[in-house]
Amino acid sequence: MTRQMSGAQMVVQALKDQGVDTVFGYPGGAMLPIYDEIFRQSDIRHILVRHEQGATHAAEGYARSTGKPGVVLVTSGPGATNAVTGLTDALMDSIPLIVLSGQVPTFMIGTDAFQEADTVGITRPCTKHNWLIKDTDKLAETIHFAFHVATSGRPGPVLIDIPKDVQFATGRYTPPKKVPRSHYQPQVKGDIDAITALVAAIEKAKKPVFYTGGGVINSGHGASQLLRELVAGTDFPITSTLMGLGAYPASGKNWLGMLGMHGTYEANLAMHDCDLMINVGARFDDRITGRLEDFSPKSKKAHIDIDASSINKVVHVEIPILGDVAHVLEDVLKIWKSRGRKTNTEALRGWWQQIDKWRAVNCLGFHNSDSVIKPQHAIQRLEALTRGMDRYVTTEVGQHQMWAAQFMGFEDPNRWMTSGGLGTMGYGLPASIGVQVAHPQSLVINVAGDASFLMNMQELGTAAQYDLPVKQFIMNNERLGMVRQWQQLLHGERYSHSWSEALPDFVKLADAFGGKGILCEHPDDLDDAINAMLAHDGPVILDCRVEKHENCFPMIPSGKPHNEMLLGDATTEGAIDTGGAVLV
Amino acid sequence: MSALVLKKGASRRSAYDLKNPLSDTIETHTLAVLVDNEAGVLARVIGLFSGRGYNIESLTVAEVDHLGHLSRITIVTTGTPQVIEQIKAQLARIVPVHDVHDLTVEGASVERELAMLKVAGTGEKRVEAMRLAGIFRAAVVDTTLESFVFEITGTPEKIDAFVDLMRPLGLSEIARTGVAAMSRGT
Ligand SMILES: Cc1ncc(C[n+]2csc(CCOP(=O)(O)OP(=O)(O)O)c2C)c(N)n1
Repeated sequence: MTRQMSGAQMVVQALKDQGVDTVFGYPGGAMLPIYDEIFRQSDIRHILVRHEQGATHAAEGYARSTGKPGVVLVTSGPGATNAVTGLTDALMDSIPLIVLSGQVPTFMIGTDAFQEADTVGITRPCTKHNWLIKDTDKLAETIHFAFHVATSGRPGPVLIDIPKDVQFATGRYTPPKKVPRSHYQPQVKGDIDAITALVAAIEKAKKPVFYTGGGVINSGHGASQLLRELVAGTDFPITSTLMGLGAYPASGKNWLGMLGMHGTYEANLAMHDCDLMINVGARFDDRITGRLEDFSPKSKKAHIDIDASSINKVVHVEIPILGDVAHVLEDVLKIWKSRGRKTNTEALRGWWQQIDKWRAVNCLGFHNSDSVIKPQHAIQRLEALTRGMDRYVTTEVGQHQMWAAQFMGFEDPNRWMTSGGLGTMGYGLPASIGVQVAHPQSLVINVAGDASFLMNMQELGTAAQYDLPVKQFIMNNERLGMVRQWQQLLHGERYSHSWSEALPDFVKLADAFGGKGILCEHPDDLDDAINAMLAHDGPVILDCRVEKHENCFPMIPSGKPHNEMLLGDATTEGAIDTGGAVLV
Repeated sequence: MSALVLKKGASRRSAYDLKNPLSDTIETHTLAVLVDNEAGVLARVIGLFSGRGYNIESLTVAEVDHLGHLSRITIVTTGTPQVIEQIKAQLARIVPVHDVHDLTVEGASVERELAMLKVAGTGEKRVEAMRLAGIFRAAVVDTTLESFVFEITGTPEKIDAFVDLMRPLGLSEIARTGVAAMSRGT
């Protein structure tokens, strides 16, 4: 049975058939027919953001915290261009998004019509795939296919551009089951020979390390469970990228902490000195590898990834395994068990002794103060007062983000939302809104910097409108802190435009948006302030005034190998040479 | 070595791949890419090359299966072995791409290009142009008293050689199609 309906009705029907319960969006002329249909139904909740960038990050937060794709509606022209940053962010971090954009009617495309933009052209490099629909009969089928593309293989954002006349016209609705099977079916099972080679390497390894990433989270809860089982069974140490935090619990005994530019001493040295590196769903990003020529020079490397183009892109690996993390880990475990659960326990004991020596360096140590709030201390208190709660954490981008990654412990996947690949300031507040929409009863905290917060602060209006009790924990150093740190270390302390001058009064700002504002200026008041933030049932800004010139350590300066890491007390002068200065 | 067919999503990288992946030798490869003939597909492929800084030496595209809506793009590209592998993997993950063949690695293949050359001249030069065209089996597709338009097909090298010979004989315009290529045998 084929059903005839308008394109706008089809959009809503297709979203329902895909199980969508929430969309984030902002209307405009080219989207009015679809918004009319949104008005006439109540199955799908529409969250009106204050800026389309906010919609995309909210949808990312929703997606990352639920494992379901996030859906966004934007109008043509400026609505679509405002979505570009969020699309790029989602592409870099492999977050499934479906963005539906309005477009001028087909007969006006190419005439520089009012609010016309070449949306598919502009978004082609920042989506996994995109479509311009010219025929209403194709609309439903394309939406269903778009969900398939966004969520299968390496997830990512997709965009469907829908001209207004296509929304008005009547056509045939294709239900999801009737969509012809596409050739696009990424491989999920790994090659058994390669998996066996990995198991053989696991059995022999003297100094192994698991290096895990966002791919474990994207592969679903089962992947994290399998990873935990494998780590427990082999007793290998494990570290993770920023994107992978929570896949293995921070309280687990094999946990080394995060690795990379601001990762722990033990994680980075284990990576440098290991003889077997098992990369599970990470991508050898430059924040991780440091100087490539010196990256883990003595190790054999295995890489499990669902994206063939991530394998051997920058680092050559001996054991490439193309497939979905959960599927591959299941086979790894099966084969490892069937061969007698062997590891080189003798050598492992020595490896752990070495790791314990690195741990004893206490690389996250810092000089606390009685008179000013140290940012690390602030995060430690936030962690201590919220640990064990049903908690989700988002962040903005900068020093505060790295401190949150270092000092907060994540026990489960999907609990930590941050902009990793793109490093988008302004991500955290809207992301926290998306998370809170998906988890209305949970505690959602955005660890923010003062500068990042201002980039999408208008979304406080969204939080207020929908009674979303998101907690904005602003570590206010009145600086673009991370930029200031680099200028101090790399540019002769010439602090070019890294002040947050003319900052608003964040307490009044919260008030103006109908939230609660709390100011905290002294370490003695910190716990009370955090508890007051947690106690308030509504959006809160905690303006936490922290030390203005604190640097984030450990740090592997750009262009340096892992074993030339700067620790907190290190003299940092001249630590970064001019070669490193050209890198970001 | 067996044919290197990069099926969508399938790894043809073996753990026992013996080729030195970190060589800096620049190689030239001819890739045949089968794609859905849909709007924007060429822009995706070209955007991939420009966005990631890869080279395109030659690119041709045309529909090869009208009912199946399939087009074939033939790309001649250069890069280190590692870059060539990366280009193939990046191409393969474009959604409308069905498969990527590396004709250079798959074994023997044939390459052809078509070119048209306008050569203007009279007297000795005109006669010489006509004589050389005969040697190269170039056909005359248009003629006036002062000019010829030659059509020539062959490998890019053969066309280069013909172009070089025509230059002193009054060559005034060239149009080349770029390479179409196919593996030998079945
Ligand atoms: C949209 C955007 N613009 C610029 C940058 C570059 N940048 C990275 S961190 C940073 C400073 C962030 O300052 P703040 O949010 O106050 O955090 P802090 O580092 O002080 O904790 C800047 C400007 C960025 N990452 N994103």
